[in-house]
Amino acid sequence: MSRRQMIVVALVLLAACMLPFVVSNYRTFQFTLALVYAIALLGLNMLTGYNGQISLGHGAFYAIGAYTAAILMDQYGVPYWATIPAAAVVCLIAGFLFGLPALRLEGLYLALATFALAVSLPALLKYHHLEQWTGGVQGIVLLKPDAPFGLPLNPDQWLYFFTLAITVLMFVLAWNILRGRMGHAMVAIRDQHIAAEAMGIHTAMVKSMTFGISAMYTGIAGALGAIAIQFVAPDSFNIFVSIMLLVGVVIGGLASISGAIYGALFIQFVPNIADAISKAAPWAIFGIFLLGFVYVMPMGIAGAVRMAVARLTRKAQNQAAKP
Amino acid sequence: MKMKYVSIAALLAAALASPTALAQKTIKIGNTNPYSGPASAYGTIGKTIGAYWKMVNEKGGINGRMVEWISYDDGYSPPKTVEMARRLVEQDQVLLIFQSLGTPPNSAIHKYMNAKKVPHLFVATGATKWNDPKSYPWTMGWQPNYQTEGRIYAEHILKNNPKAKIGVLYQNDDYGKDYLKGFKDGLGDKVSMIVKEVSYEVADPTVDSQMVQLQASGADTFFNITTPKFAAQAIRKAYDSGWKPTHYLNNVSASIGSVLKPAGLEKAVGLISTQYIKDPLDEQWKNDASVNEWKAFMGKYYPDGNLADASNIYGYTVAQTMHQVLKQAGNDLSRANIMKQAANLKNFRPETLLPGIRINTSATDFAPIESEQLIRFDGKEWKRFGAILGK
Repeated sequence: MSRRQMIVVALVLLAACMLPFVVSNYRTFQFTLALVYAIALLGLNMLTGYNGQISLGHGAFYAIGAYTAAILMDQYGVPYWATIPAAAVVCLIAGFLFGLPALRLEGLYLALATFALAVSLPALLKYHHLEQWTGGVQGIVLLKPDAPFGLPLNPDQWLYFFTLAITVLMFVLAWNILRGRMGHAMVAIRDQHIAAEAMGIHTAMVKSMTFGISAMYTGIAGALGAIAIQFVAPDSFNIFVSIMLLVGVVIGGLASISGAIYGALFIQFVPNIADAISKAAPWAIFGIFLLGFVYVMPMGIAGAVRMAVARLTRKAQNQAAKP
Repeated sequence: MKMKYVSIAALLAAALASPTALAQKTIKIGNTNPYSGPASAYGTIGKTIGAYWKMVNEKGGINGRMVEWISYDDGYSPPKTVEMARRLVEQDQVLLIFQSLGTPPNSAIHKYMNAKKVPHLFVATGATKWNDPKSYPWTMGWQPNYQTEGRIYAEHILKNNPKAKIGVLYQNDDYGKDYLKGFKDGLGDKVSMIVKEVSYEVADPTVDSQMVQLQASGADTFFNITTPKFAAQAIRKAYDSGWKPTHYLNNVSASIGSVLKPAGLEKAVGLISTQYIKDPLDEQWKNDASVNEWKAFMGKYYPDGNLADASNIYGYTVAQTMHQVLKQAGNDLSRANIMKQAANLKNFRPETLLPGIRINTSATDFAPIESEQLIRFDGKEWKRFGAILGK
């Protein structure tokens, strides 16, 4: 990381820490959800952006993470913070196992296979033999955690900081994975999988692992989302969740870590803006926003930011070069 | 110049001295409705109610106060409902939330509303759990709940055909089970009259195989607990297969336009269901004052609304109930008093309810409408018959 990037990251973090003290609890809650989405998008971006595999089914891993957390809290009295690693492990395994057979499928076929997962999961959650754990259609209602150690924070603020800490951790982890051997292997497979194989990359392993890690990220997000919303039900995890995640990844910027944050802000706030503009056809307005972003920023928001920074830097250099 | 400052200071002081008086100049009512998504057909209820408050405001408001109606789209998605309910309560600071729609969305905010002690009134769902004043003193339903309706059919079967062999088809979720429970409670010790019960999932493409099982069981009476799409399939199959049982259809799917027409009107002859609101298409209400009043209201305040859509007269009727509660509350617009008045409706009658049905609530009874009338389909329209059943 360059010095300038470090300064930017530090400033963003500082702003993120100040946020809950300047905005209302309701806004804090919305930003908590945006952080949750950012983690999920980062996971999906590893798979789609870096590894070139399309998934229309990440809503399913989001749901598995959410239900893991909810069932552990509701049935076994596990504290909320301990459910996050549990959701991570469950989704890592689920993702890895799903990734193994899915490897035989390329591109659009994989997209369809994952789509099948996402459409079938809500029905599975309603299945009456699982009802004693999942609560069936009624879902599970959770309690909101209070701030520990007598910190002077209300539950919304505490949850925000808790989520923020995990988000930072997950971003640092992703940054390390993507810069290292694993990340290079992922990109190599995306760009030229035959060449990658010739260079000794275990394609099958890397792809399954990517799927697993990606599902793990999304599962962690699901668990945090469940704690923030305090409710899980099959209706919360319809196919739309998966599609919104994909929208977030593309709008934020493929193969970009910061893109996950932009994408998360987009899927959290733009539907609300659309609703404020037109009650009659909120999704038409949303569609217009979507078209606008795709046309104006074909590389996603992260790509547009990168280009803007590059242009400004060049201008500054040109000015400095002038006598 | 100085005078100006003085007057500003005086105004400020006045404003600070009576914040409640200022805040209570309007009555802020919050709502969530599915204006988009799978249940968006119900979105028209939110629009009707919005139009109703517009009319109330034009006529001078309630006890001199204007109503501000804030309704957000939740797309029938529970997480979105949580977000929007928090926005209404914390950001918009509404006095209460009224008619939020759907069982899963309301389940998601049930605890929140009660923890915040914000009235969560006349929710648009028939689940029985909204009538639980002990555990949830801030939440109240409105329409006859599913168990009440299930009991009414049981009552009718016991009276008219005590030897009936009953087959039941129900949707495998809390809505279906709620009906089934009411029905079984109604049958009481005669519950063995049910010879077969089969369920289906919302995600199923058809209920044909379930219908075949029911027919094979030898049942002669059929209780059909299904949502519109499946109801149409079941009606068609029951007729086409030659089964032709005595057919009870839950009120959820009693719409002629969206259920009976697709099934085939001739196949629906003889169906029995229930009603509690006047059907505006029904010939017998052609000269009814309340229905005409509603039509005039629609023409003036919601001209885009469909007069054939039962949701619109429903919205008008439930809004009258809310109106009554706010009238009763008088000048004490505290949340506690709103709940107290909502639980103190005595023989209140919005005239668009069927004759004989009254709204009664008390501190231990949070189920406003508890009676209905049976109706039978004659191939053209529903005909009411018998007395008002239920409480």
